[in-house]
Amino acid sequence: MLSAYIPLLVFLAIVLAFGVGITAASNLLGPRHPTKAKGLPYECGIVPSASARRRFAVTFYLTAMLFIVFDVEAVFLYPWAVLLRSTLHLFGLIEMLVFIALLAVGLAYVWRKGALEWD
Amino acid sequence: MGQAAVSVVTLAVVRAPVSLPLTLVVALVKGVLVVFALATAAAYLTLLERKIAARIQLRIGPNRVGPGGLLQPAADGVKLIFKEKAAPAGRDRVLFQIAPALAAGAALFAFATIPINRTICVGGHGGAGPLSVSCAGGYLLHWDLANVNIGLLYILAVTSMGVYAIFLGGWSSNSKYSLLGALRSSAQLISYEMAVSFAIVGPILLAGTLNLEQMVHQQQGLWFIFLQPLGFLLYFTAAFAETNRLPFDLPEAEGELGAGYHTEFAGMRFGLFFFAEYINMVTVCSIATVLFLGGWLAPVWFLPSWLGPIWFVAKAGLLLFVMMWVRWTFPRLRYDRLMQFGWKVLLPLGLANIVVTAVFVAVR
Repeated sequence: MLSAYIPLLVFLAIVLAFGVGITAASNLLGPRHPTKAKGLPYECGIVPSASARRRFAVTFYLTAMLFIVFDVEAVFLYPWAVLLRSTLHLFGLIEMLVFIALLAVGLAYVWRKGALEWD
Repeated sequence: MGQAAVSVVTLAVVRAPVSLPLTLVVALVKGVLVVFALATAAAYLTLLERKIAARIQLRIGPNRVGPGGLLQPAADGVKLIFKEKAAPAGRDRVLFQIAPALAAGAALFAFATIPINRTICVGGHGGAGPLSVSCAGGYLLHWDLANVNIGLLYILAVTSMGVYAIFLGGWSSNSKYSLLGALRSSAQLISYEMAVSFAIVGPILLAGTLNLEQMVHQQQGLWFIFLQPLGFLLYFTAAFAETNRLPFDLPEAEGELGAGYHTEFAGMRFGLFFFAEYINMVTVCSIATVLFLGGWLAPVWFLPSWLGPIWFVAKAGLLLFVMMWVRWTFPRLRYDRLMQFGWKVLLPLGLANIVVTAVFVAVR
C-alpha cells in the first residue's frame, strides 16, 4: 500500500529541517575573524606545497567498478531470498545456486587477476 | 506449497483505513520524537564512550560538568555551536555546507523503518495476536515511523547515502588529508556495504520477508542468531567498517591523516559528522537486534513481553557497548589488509553462508 510511505515523506521534511537548521545556526553563531593562515588547509603546520585536486591511485576506481558489479548481483538475491521459502522451493534453489556459482567464479577471476591487491 | 503461501499471507498486518490528517499528525509526532531521541542518544553515547575509554585506560573520564559529568554533552554542544568556523579558503563553498548536513540527515533518515515494539491497538477492540493484528474501531499504532514491506531494503538504500556526505566533505575541503581520508573511506564503505548486503540475506531467507516487524515475529521462540551465527558475525564485523569504527577507522586514522575527511571542518560542522557516526552506530546495532537478536522479544520466556521497547534498547545497548569495548582494545588495521579482509574473507564467507542457508530453507 502506497499510503504506508506517507510518514516517510513527513520524516524526510523533519530531517531536512534539522540539517538546514543546524547548518544555518552554525553559520550565524560564533565569532568570525578570518586570516590568511586560517584559510590554509591543514598540513601539520607547514605551508601547503600543491593543490589537493590531484590524481589518486587507480585502485580506488577499480574498487568502485567491482562494487557496482557485485552489488547489482546482490540486488538479485533479495527477491529470491524473500520468495524461496514460500513459493520457489527446490527449483529456485538450483537456479540461484547456478547464479551464485557464476558470482563466485567472477570473484575468483578478479582475485586471480590481482584486482584486489593494494601495492 | 499452497499452505506455505497462506501462512505468509496471515502474517500481514491488517490495516484499518485511517484518515490522512491523522496519519500526518502521528508521523509528525513520531518523527520529532525519533529525531529528539536519536540526538539525545548520540550525545550521551559520546559521554559513555569517554567514560568507557577512561575505565579501560584506568582513568576517571569527564566528571566536572554536572553530577558525574552528566551535563558534558550539553556543554560540548554549546561549545561546538559557538566556535569560530575556520575553513580553508580554496573550498567548494556549496558542497562544504551540504556535506555535514547530508551526513547527519542520512543517518537520521535511515532509522525510519526500525520497529522497537510490536504493533498495538489503541482504543477500539481487536485481538493483538502474535502474528496478525486487527483493530476494529481503534488506531493501529506502529512502533516505527513507517511500516513498509521493504523496510530492510529502504535502510540499505538510505545508509549508503552516507558515502556521498563523506566523499563530498573530503573533496570539497581542498586539503590533501581530507581527500585521502575521503577516498579511503568511500572505498571502504562500498566494499563493506557488500559484505553487509550478503550477510543479511540469511535472515531474509529464514523469514521470507523484508518487513522488519514480521522479521521479528518470525523469531518468536528461536532468535536468528542461533540459526545464523556466521551471518551475525559477518554483519557485525562489517558494521564496524560501515560506521568507521576501530579497528576499521582508517578514514580517520588520526596518526596518519589528521582526522581524515573531516579535518577541515570546525565547530558544529564537525559536530554533525560526529553526530552522524554515533547515530549510524545506533542504527546498525538496532538492525542487528532486529535481524538476529529477536528485536523487542523478551530474552527469556518468564520475563514480561509488554516491556518490548526496554528489551530492544537493552539488546541494542549491549551491542553498542561491544562496539566501544572493541574500539579501546584493538589496534588499527593497515589499509590494504582492511580491503583484502573485506573482499577475500567477508565476501566469500557471506556467499557460503547464503548457499548453506538456502539449502537448509529449501530442503526443510
